[in-house]
Amino acid sequence: MSLADLPAHEIARRVKAREASAVEVVQAHLDRIAAVEGRRPSTAPYVAQAGDDATVHAYISLQPEKALARAAEIDAQVAKGEDPGPLAGVPLSVKDIFCVEGTASTAGSRMLANYVAPYTATPVARLEAAGAITLGKVNLDEYTFGSSSESSAFQPSSRNPWDTTRVPGGSSGGSAAAVAAGESALSLGTDTAGSIRQPAAFCGVVGVKPTYGRVSRYGLIAFGSSLDCPGPVARTVRDAALMLGAMAGADERDATTATVPVPDYTAGLEAGVRGLRIGLSPDYFRIRYPDPETGELHDQDLPDEITAPVWAAADTLRQAGAEIVEHVPMPNTPLAVPAYFVISRVEAASNLHRYDGVKYGHRTAQPVDDLWDMYRQTRAEAFGLQPKLRILMGMYVSGAQYAKQYYQRALQVRTLIRRDFEAAFDKAGLYRCDALLTPTTPTTAFKVGAVYGDSVLMQYADLLTVPANHAGTPGLSIPAGLDQQGLPLGLQLLGRDWDEATLLRIAATYEALTADAAWRQARPGVISATL
Amino acid sequence: MDDDITLEVFAHLVGLAALELGPDEGEYLRAQLNGQLKAVRELERIPVAAEVPAAARGVPYPAEIRQALRADRAQVEAALAARILAQAPESDEGYFVVPETPNTNL
Repeated sequence: MSLADLPAHEIARRVKAREASAVEVVQAHLDRIAAVEGRRPSTAPYVAQAGDDATVHAYISLQPEKALARAAEIDAQVAKGEDPGPLAGVPLSVKDIFCVEGTASTAGSRMLANYVAPYTATPVARLEAAGAITLGKVNLDEYTFGSSSESSAFQPSSRNPWDTTRVPGGSSGGSAAAVAAGESALSLGTDTAGSIRQPAAFCGVVGVKPTYGRVSRYGLIAFGSSLDCPGPVARTVRDAALMLGAMAGADERDATTATVPVPDYTAGLEAGVRGLRIGLSPDYFRIRYPDPETGELHDQDLPDEITAPVWAAADTLRQAGAEIVEHVPMPNTPLAVPAYFVISRVEAASNLHRYDGVKYGHRTAQPVDDLWDMYRQTRAEAFGLQPKLRILMGMYVSGAQYAKQYYQRALQVRTLIRRDFEAAFDKAGLYRCDALLTPTTPTTAFKVGAVYGDSVLMQYADLLTVPANHAGTPGLSIPAGLDQQGLPLGLQLLGRDWDEATLLRIAATYEALTADAAWRQARPGVISATL
Repeated sequence: MDDDITLEVFAHLVGLAALELGPDEGEYLRAQLNGQLKAVRELERIPVAAEVPAAARGVPYPAEIRQALRADRAQVEAALAARILAQAPESDEGYFVVPETPNTNL
């Protein structure tokens, strides 16, 4: 087995025990990248080439020399008897929506293609201080606006390592693809509507959306400021717990981070689930979506293939001592996407007004009449379709004549969605759930090009994940098997404010109880091809 | 169903958004906006009592878990200023340079 296939906690153990050097670990990952990555995505006009659909294209930029130099420093620390930290020598990829000093920090957009960040985001700084080694920045939907990673200005977009003709999900698609393919042991992603959990499900890895305010947004290029949550992507629950612990906690540079103490997330992973109450909600087993032509709403049960792993997991956890609570009502779930169409677009439009060609980023090279003309030409040239669409929608629904009808109402619906979670988790209530167990996504990974272009259908990929973003509550996705086409299926756990620890504990229990399942032996196609 | 975002409304939005669009791009985006609005309509189909408060964020943020505000003082770091200015498309002696700003008589 290559060092690139080891879990992060095992890499750190070996590096600290001098059973492997950090330099060897980094080199093994660079070798894996060379084997599976394919050509580097760029902003040049995209012309499809043979092989684009056969490789992963996770990274926008790599920093191999810097990573190897940092690995040598960590090895030197270990040799001197010093502890480099809980993530000693663990290769990390960073979604290219985080600023990292001295690196191109592009947001997957032409607007920032040449922007070199003058400072480093807090989560990245904390992970590096814990011993992680940043290998490079990974691809994403432009400004995180999407659920397939196809909208990036850097093409070819990332592919799913299990089937490279399919999307890895999004917007943290490069993160999930890199971790699934062994191109980094950990990846730092962000989740605004499911952008960590959905690609984690599509790529068969673990993804955690922490409670809003648990992880600092300092240095994160903003999309929906009341929804954005940085979080871990990893191959095991223990790795995700280690990573979350290393980056969580109050940050004086982000006033929305809370002073709630950060527990040792790895401490309770083997405590089991006896006595925990785990809820199942019928509202997460069917979907409601509008007909693209008429706007008429359709209700449809999720396919058995998607729900079967949830029932199987509930049985497994029941046998391990958990109490399964059925029929937990979450009646406002179908309103989460419509409310998100409003709230996220208003926040996006506000955040994107800073891109004006004055302070940083792209400025048009065309002759302009005046400042306003420069703004318009710059933004027209450098924003892709998705940012333009979100800005226009945000302007419309927050306009003075529509704000009450749309924006205010969406914020009220957000309260109703929040109340669903409060009722399910109320310790003195009817259901008293410690967690909810649901499918992560309504489908498995779809083909490249199958959904892209239909912004309504694409948004509905987040149907089961976005309610937790409105509520601010934590959630995670873990692998739960493969569908008939051999594509990963995801299981979602949703929990109480600040209680990521219980979700990780349930996830670790499920992971241990299914360790011998046949599907756990399957490897992504791109890795099998290298063996 | 008639489009809510007509050509006129759309042109107004494009101006507010400080964008310029080609005809194909504009037609695609307008169609997508109208499609999204159909989904948003679902918000109007349920009763929402007037007393339901608007939530600007999901997780409550009471004083006991809030950080104290930092002291309000300017932090001048010449090296950082230089790195920031280095990212400007055009700068001159510590200033961002922009094209002519049109005057409007208020």
